[in-house]
Amino acid sequence: MPQTMGMGAILKAHESEILRDWIARQLADTSLRELLNENEVNEQSRSFLALFSNAAQDSYDEELAGQHWDDVRAALSSLSKSRALAGFSPIETATFIFSLKNPIFSALRRAFASDAKRLNEETWLSSTVLDKLGLVTVEAYQRGREQVIERQQQELLDLSTPVIKLWDGIVAVPLIGTLDSERTQIVMENLLESIVQNEATVAIIDITGVPTVDTLVAQHLLKTVAAARMMGAECIISGIRPQIAQTIVHLGVDLGNVTTKSTLADALRIALARCDLAVGALRPAPAGA
Amino acid sequence: MEQIPILSLGEFLLVTIQVELHDQLAMRLQEDLTQKLARTHAKGVLIDISALEIVDSFIGRSLAHIASIARIMDSATVLVGMRPAVAITLVELGMTLKGIRTALNVDKGMQLLREATGR
Repeated sequence: MPQTMGMGAILKAHESEILRDWIARQLADTSLRELLNENEVNEQSRSFLALFSNAAQDSYDEELAGQHWDDVRAALSSLSKSRALAGFSPIETATFIFSLKNPIFSALRRAFASDAKRLNEETWLSSTVLDKLGLVTVEAYQRGREQVIERQQQELLDLSTPVIKLWDGIVAVPLIGTLDSERTQIVMENLLESIVQNEATVAIIDITGVPTVDTLVAQHLLKTVAAARMMGAECIISGIRPQIAQTIVHLGVDLGNVTTKSTLADALRIALARCDLAVGALRPAPAGA
Repeated sequence: MEQIPILSLGEFLLVTIQVELHDQLAMRLQEDLTQKLARTHAKGVLIDISALEIVDSFIGRSLAHIASIARIMDSATVLVGMRPAVAITLVELGMTLKGIRTALNVDKGMQLLREATGR
């Protein structure tokens, strides 16, 4: 079919001038200049156009099926992903593929200058193909961003649940941020593990950094306390702010036989007392002071 | 049939569970311990479950039962060495073993028993 051969042949014949035009267009966009490096653009465009041309030799229709088109899509995906990580916006990323339209259309115009109907058909087909590739870019970009978010979530989770050894036999876990089931699970596991490691008899859970306490959070806290108690460690909950105390009472949550203190310092004093320890001044205060 | 040894240590009984506790074994332990308590008039029972890796609701309840039985027979019970995974499982099952003394290891458990029995 001469029609399917058209695009492949045109790309092959005019590859270098399409490439030059395309690169010029990408670099002309001033808003991208800070992020783009000329050599990088040259290299990316050259390798992509080579793959594109290669795929177009095989088949060129709206399906974009076949091994060569898979390669094109894979290359485009990895490019979009790397741009997503480098901080490009979706528009800036998609511009890569959409700026190819103009050079290709001008090549088509030159090739089919005498045949208006054919020119129209080829332009339409190329437009569809490039749009599809554009969608691939956007999807890959989105996926790249999602991976970034997932990784950050994991890092946040790791960062936010440290267990601190305060004294021999006393561990503390300062909770910061909202408690959900997943985080509670991790906090609970970390706390119990460190109770075993440090042979702790008292564990302090400090909730100063927890913005709100609802029934679910309270339930999670009680679960942690119960689990620690079964292992033979006593739990103290500290950092209960006035609003949170009110909320807990209004919600009707029974913190029952859990020791609660308003500050970590108070909790530490209690914990030391449970271990038959005390902290005092080295010298007695001068008389009259 | 396998059996969990119950050692007599001064005025206390020492039970160390070194194998996976299955339902029948738990029942047997309950039976044996009751008999031994009646015979020795022990003042306290220390149950070491540090080797126990898997619990289900039945085993959890058996442990609670054993402790309650010992209490009725005038003997303090301390459960020692529960693993974190076991503690989490029991809490998720809704069992908090209220009223049972717990300790981290045998050492602390013995200390607790002495305090509880006033010796």
